[in-house]
Amino acid sequence: MGKLSVNLCGIEMDNPIIPASGTFGYGYEYAELYDINELGTFSFKGTTKDPRFGNPTPRIAECYSGMINAVGLQNPGVEKVISEELPKLKECFHKPVMANVSGFSVEDYAYTCEKLDKEEQVGWLEVNVSCPNVHGGGMSFGTCPEAAAEVTAAVKKVTTKPVIIKLSPNVTDIVSIAKACEDAGADGISLINTMLGMRINLKTRKPVIANKMGGFSGPAIFPVAVRMVYQVSNAVKIPVVGMGGVSSAEDVIEMMLAGATAVEVGAANLVNPYVCRDIVRDLPEVMAKYRINSLNEIIGGAK
Amino acid sequence: MKQSIFEILENVPLTKDVFKMVLAGDTSHITASGQFVNILLDGFYLRRPISVCDWDDKTLTIVYKVVGHGTEAMSKMGKGTKLDILTGLGNGYDLTLAGDKPVLLGGGVGVPPMYGCAKKLVELGIKPTVILGFNVKDEIFYEEEFKALGCETVVTTVDGSYGIKGFVTNALPEGYTHFYTCGPEPMLKAVYKATNTSGQMSFEERMGCGFGACMGCSCKTLTGYKRICKDGPVMMKEEIKWES
Repeated sequence: MGKLSVNLCGIEMDNPIIPASGTFGYGYEYAELYDINELGTFSFKGTTKDPRFGNPTPRIAECYSGMINAVGLQNPGVEKVISEELPKLKECFHKPVMANVSGFSVEDYAYTCEKLDKEEQVGWLEVNVSCPNVHGGGMSFGTCPEAAAEVTAAVKKVTTKPVIIKLSPNVTDIVSIAKACEDAGADGISLINTMLGMRINLKTRKPVIANKMGGFSGPAIFPVAVRMVYQVSNAVKIPVVGMGGVSSAEDVIEMMLAGATAVEVGAANLVNPYVCRDIVRDLPEVMAKYRINSLNEIIGGAK
Repeated sequence: MKQSIFEILENVPLTKDVFKMVLAGDTSHITASGQFVNILLDGFYLRRPISVCDWDDKTLTIVYKVVGHGTEAMSKMGKGTKLDILTGLGNGYDLTLAGDKPVLLGGGVGVPPMYGCAKKLVELGIKPTVILGFNVKDEIFYEEEFKALGCETVVTTVDGSYGIKGFVTNALPEGYTHFYTCGPEPMLKAVYKATNTSGQMSFEERMGCGFGACMGCSCKTLTGYKRICKDGPVMMKEEIKWES
């Protein structure tokens, strides 16, 4: 095993860096810029049973040290993802990819996961029960332990691939939800999705975002993410993927010390399209600075 | 697309709130007029997408309006300031469709990309007619620059304080072969209705990344969903679907 390598739910990764879903498309915009095989893997754009346009624009608002988005799960639907996006991805990415799945009913989640289960390129299924930007779905499954467990169990029935449940921070007790997913058979937990936020334009006195509210991400939420990763990883036995405002190799190490086995990077990709590649390249030097021989050794090292 | 560092050579006001900034750097990825650049500013999280006004092998010119805190910060930047910029974003105008008598319509801060468009057309031996629309006389910029290219240049003002009173559509010439336009959405709609040829229209939207990854600026067109940053910002008149 290399100094940077980690094992996430039985799959060996060269490094723990994973561009987060919704910030990396299906990979090929970035493949034009650098060899995305330098990454551990990436989590592709949230995919649903049916095609979706998403929310009206404006979908984006800027914040101090972050941004709000209300894209609303725009994607071509699972059939087209399999027939059009995955073949294109195969040309530029040769590692197992993390398939991010969303839904509006337990049946939706199971349908989409069952389809993606048959795809050789898919390594992990990251099941998003935490999207704040769609009504009647997404986050509503992730804010209640019973519903999160129901989705987990339904997805586990239709796949042999590792199932990682992506959780929302917009809850009072994230630990109980994580534990419910673990008990229902989840192979891993990823967190945190975006925090529900809002901005108002002083000139128009209207919300900046057409959908009024959206998901707040970026460096501003990093401390919240570290805290929640720490809480959850200390309460469950399955691996935790940490994310939320990660922007540098130092942030990655902090997230791993908090308990993350792998680390996703979201909003930072939109500001610096090379950030994930740069983090992978920076890690050895930063590890040396903090006398870390292997990243695998520091997971959950903060006591 | 390319990420590189540019240095400000000049940053001067053209009107009360419109500034011209000339930057030195690697412009090799700018391939068409109507493209934009995305500028990282100290103290602001997201980059600022600004259309390309003009460029050559070594310099980039942008003309921007102060509309918020980011552009206000830009307006105060001095010569020698270094900026991290993504260049070569967006599709830009297709000049092969111009015909021999194209018309260019720019409204307000939609005027700058029309300058690059006019300049490139002139380089191809085509003299476009240029119509520049502003609200009032004090807001006018770049009239002389277009005239210096040898283009017939007409200015309209809404209040009639200069040039033709009214909107750019009040000054449409006879017999044009194709149109290129950029401006606020009400103007684009008016141009869409008033024109009788095919044409190209540049759109604006709040963006996350500016290079096609985040789906923050998607729109519906008659030819499917498009990302304004990557599949646009220039759309063919024939594919536009107005939301309202």
